[in-house]
Amino acid sequence: MKFTLGWLKTHLETEAGVDDIARALTDLGLEVEEVIDRAAALAPFVVGHVVEAKKHPDADRLTVCIVDTGGGRVQVVCGAANARTGMKGVFAAAGVRIPGTGLDLKKSVIRGVESAGMLCSAREIGIGEDHEGIIELADDAPIGAPAASVLGLDDPLIDVAITPNRGDCLGVHGIARDLAAAGVGKLIPLSPEAVEGGFENPTGVSFDFTNDAADACALFAGRAIRGLKNGPSPDWLRQRLLSVGLRPISALVDITNFLTLDRARPLHVFDADKIAGDLTVRLARQGETLQALDGKTYELDPSMTVICDEGGVLSLGGVIGGESTGCTDESVNVFVEAAFFDPVRTAATGRKLNIESDARYRFERGVDPASTLPGIEAATRLIVELCGGEASRVTVTGAVPEGASAIRFDLKRVMALGGVDVAEDESRRILEALGFGVSAMNGAIEVRVPSWRPDIEGEADLVEEVLRVYGYDRIPAAPFAKEGVLSKPVEAPVPRRRRQAARALAANGMVEAVTYSFLAEAQARLFGGGDPRLTLANPISAELTDMRPSLLPNLICACKRNADRGSPDLALFEVGPAFADDTPDGQGAVAAGVRAGASGPRHWLAPGRAVDVFDAKADALIALGAAGAPAASLRVTPGAPAWYHPGRSGAMRLGPKTVLAHFGEIHPRVLRALDVKGPICGFEVFLDLLPAPRQRDGRARPALGASPFQAVERDFAFVINTDVGAEAVVRAAQSADKKLIAGVSVFDQYGGEELGAGKKSIAISVRLEPTEATLTEAEIEAVSASVIAAVNKATGGVLRS
Amino acid sequence: MENLDQLRNQLLAAVAGAEGLESLEKVRLSVFGRKGLITERMKGVGALAPEERKDAGVALNAVKQVLADAIDARKAAFEDSGLEERLESERVDVTLPARPQADGRIHPISQTMDELLAIFGEMGFTLAEGPDIEDDFHNFTALNIPEDHPARQMHDTFYLPEGPDGARKLLRTHTSPVQIRHMQKTPPPHRIVALGRTYRCDSDITHTPMFHQIEGLVVDRHTHMGHLKGCLIEFCRAYFEVDDVPVRFRPSFFPFTEPSAEVDIGCKRGGGRLKIGGGGDWLEILGCGMVHPKVLANCGIDPEKFQGFAFGLGVERIAMLKYGIPDTRTFFESDLRWLSHYGFAPGDVPSMTGGLAR
Repeated sequence: MKFTLGWLKTHLETEAGVDDIARALTDLGLEVEEVIDRAAALAPFVVGHVVEAKKHPDADRLTVCIVDTGGGRVQVVCGAANARTGMKGVFAAAGVRIPGTGLDLKKSVIRGVESAGMLCSAREIGIGEDHEGIIELADDAPIGAPAASVLGLDDPLIDVAITPNRGDCLGVHGIARDLAAAGVGKLIPLSPEAVEGGFENPTGVSFDFTNDAADACALFAGRAIRGLKNGPSPDWLRQRLLSVGLRPISALVDITNFLTLDRARPLHVFDADKIAGDLTVRLARQGETLQALDGKTYELDPSMTVICDEGGVLSLGGVIGGESTGCTDESVNVFVEAAFFDPVRTAATGRKLNIESDARYRFERGVDPASTLPGIEAATRLIVELCGGEASRVTVTGAVPEGASAIRFDLKRVMALGGVDVAEDESRRILEALGFGVSAMNGAIEVRVPSWRPDIEGEADLVEEVLRVYGYDRIPAAPFAKEGVLSKPVEAPVPRRRRQAARALAANGMVEAVTYSFLAEAQARLFGGGDPRLTLANPISAELTDMRPSLLPNLICACKRNADRGSPDLALFEVGPAFADDTPDGQGAVAAGVRAGASGPRHWLAPGRAVDVFDAKADALIALGAAGAPAASLRVTPGAPAWYHPGRSGAMRLGPKTVLAHFGEIHPRVLRALDVKGPICGFEVFLDLLPAPRQRDGRARPALGASPFQAVERDFAFVINTDVGAEAVVRAAQSADKKLIAGVSVFDQYGGEELGAGKKSIAISVRLEPTEATLTEAEIEAVSASVIAAVNKATGGVLRS
Repeated sequence: MENLDQLRNQLLAAVAGAEGLESLEKVRLSVFGRKGLITERMKGVGALAPEERKDAGVALNAVKQVLADAIDARKAAFEDSGLEERLESERVDVTLPARPQADGRIHPISQTMDELLAIFGEMGFTLAEGPDIEDDFHNFTALNIPEDHPARQMHDTFYLPEGPDGARKLLRTHTSPVQIRHMQKTPPPHRIVALGRTYRCDSDITHTPMFHQIEGLVVDRHTHMGHLKGCLIEFCRAYFEVDDVPVRFRPSFFPFTEPSAEVDIGCKRGGGRLKIGGGGDWLEILGCGMVHPKVLANCGIDPEKFQGFAFGLGVERIAMLKYGIPDTRTFFESDLRWLSHYGFAPGDVPSMTGGLAR
């Protein structure tokens, strides 16, 4: 919402300067985004008089203008359609910097004709968006005078962000009311402006709504004005509009725009001679269309409120008028409308048809229904004053909808909720200044909400009203104490796992990435996704359409981008959500990582090698370990989902059903589909499938029981079938004597031909830790024999001779 | 006895004359070996008369000790000179690089969230969680954002397809639905934070379609706006590690709080840099307010008895401000150079007592 200090002062009697006003606005919750003093920026622009405008000899769309600049005559080639002899415009001489383009204007030759300056549009001089034509100044604007003062731009412009609850402040008068309540000045009341009607309004108005749509238009006021003459607005009105970046069009249009900005009261003026018969306000019928004033044709549906005559739809209530009954310079008889349209319906209509209009913006934020009749009177008065003509009596259909009932307000709530002790008199004064009706009620006050504040519903709203005027800065900060002195853990064990896994993976040399939760559908399909229930209905781009089924594709694509930038060797991980379906349970917490290229930098001590499945396995184990998975109970089985290499991937299981992790080299076909060079290995750890930490009677660990007797290690090599896993050999050996065997580790594997087809050799080291006495040779022999027997029984493996 | 002195001197000369470890060993054997000169003499002592035996033994032992020390000393000297030679031959170029250790990094978003948890944990908050894929009720309706309310348009919501029941799920536009789920599940009092991914279909230099928020909620019988100010002022000072950073509360509007406020912190702009602290400029960093009575009622909490505050802020935004990261889009590009530059060492775990940032 933009307005100038001068405009504000037509509603607020104040001596305050613009800085004080800006500060007060922000303190009231009307956040000032910018205060612009444009007089300085516009100093080089002056009023120019086009003494002659001729068509360019070699270009249809260009005009050659001779401009009197006050300091002499200058020839200007102009591209605007409205450049013509006799008009006055905003002239910039060569050398002037044009704010809209940021360029210095140069003398030039355009299609063979010299041009030594420029006639500017609103956008070019940075005062608005309009670039349809050049600015037209009033005929009596003094030639050579600073354009800023003629445009009313020597008046500081204040731009305020209005929150969606404050429809009343989408007009200058509402802003003035807030400022007056805050003590910045005295509100100048709107003067009663009723215009006596001289004849009966010839256009009948009726509502045609079913009961469930009765609130679509609660009130519709209309009147005819006949025998007027439309034309350019007077200076003061043109300047008002120009000062906030609007282009004056004609008096009738300018008047409605002015009242919209001045009082947050949208209005519409129809050309009465183009209306056929009486008007009906109703919901649109399927298939009806409207050619609107923005030049577009809209298809309507039965959720939208329309104003019709006997020939069909004339305008979309509260949103936009129609082309067929629009006012022109030739309009003589008009019909003025002021109405109250339902905010919700207006918002929905505007959104469906994608129409952003000043009227919609205000109606959906709440127009004061009680301003309907004063609004039509104010419009009538201005029209009659500026265009002449004679007004009819007003036809009122419907009534001002009943406002909210009064609110009982216990003023002690200001302290209880707001935390600041505001004197009761001051609270009452603030409410009254804002237009609330206040009367005593036993132990409390009764507050009647003004019609322009539909956002006020209860005590909490009234507390805010008192506080924002009293000043949020005067609320003393109170110590925010907690129960007890010491802190407790902020997280439950399960979310804590995510942080623990992340720190452990980073400590293992991996770099954490955070990638989007969505990706392209094709990528989702490669990783088990593509469920249409997880495809966004309104994706922001074709690359970000599906909720990710896995974290791997984003990480793999990140590897590619880094490789393209010259970093092919890297290790990335991410801890975040993956989506199996659209329910809360379908969202899993996953730690996933990838390694690409070589396992480390080229180094004089360590020969390079490509990353492989065992890198991924180690990473998965680190994440699982940090997250508290029971490492000793994990079983590894070969094979993982289709995006992994079928022979170089595995799953880590807990019991027969729960898979806690997948790891492996990424399938070359998947890499090819992602256009990524391998090798890349990766893992996915499903953190929320981990069992909850066991409840224990305390943190005490079991006794260590370190033995004083010497430990012994014995090595064995077994020949087993190639399809038997090393883990089976280790587990069998471990089970041979649970008391004595403290650990089993694999230190070699071998697959030479002499072992026979389908055979391999696994070498293990078994560590024996006696607890009662040093082992004798015979005892060691006995344990060795049971290890060999156990391995043989479990795997068919025999001791390699 | 002269004889013994003579022998001693002779043998000491032999030790001194040895040219290396080998010849020293020969000398040692000639003295202490089975047939060595001292060994023989020791045997001779046994044959003496008892009264002579003691004196002779003492004298001989003294010589034996002197010789043994001399041989040890000579041996150590020979060994030392050998070791030094060997070590000299083992010299390497210590300026060569050490074995490589990969440098892992924690993403600034994770680090910032850990900092937030450290601060709010210290204030007695605990973490609550909710899903990224939400429904209309939790994301909007329960938060007092009715359909067709202009506030809904401010949210630029991502929707999933309509289900068989005509309802469509959406990606949460803020972390506030976690408040609703928490209040529905457990009775008051509440003191929770929710942290996580949020989504809006908006993308330009200052917006990404996904970003992170932290949300706080306090509900009890007595917490008022003064406490809200106290809590957030302390938070701002702790997080930005500027003890006197000015904090300003401005009235604003959110459908789920009443009264509502936006919070600015003081800053200083100049020379292309932004410094958090006094200096005349203001920077908006979060939104907050007293929980709207309708929100409490929507969660089955009696607004006549309970009240409290809620706040929400963008994690990327405050990470950018604190750590001088210029562009929000870069957070999600996974550029190794960016991650290494702005990332954190895995050992830098933020805590209020151990320090928030290094």
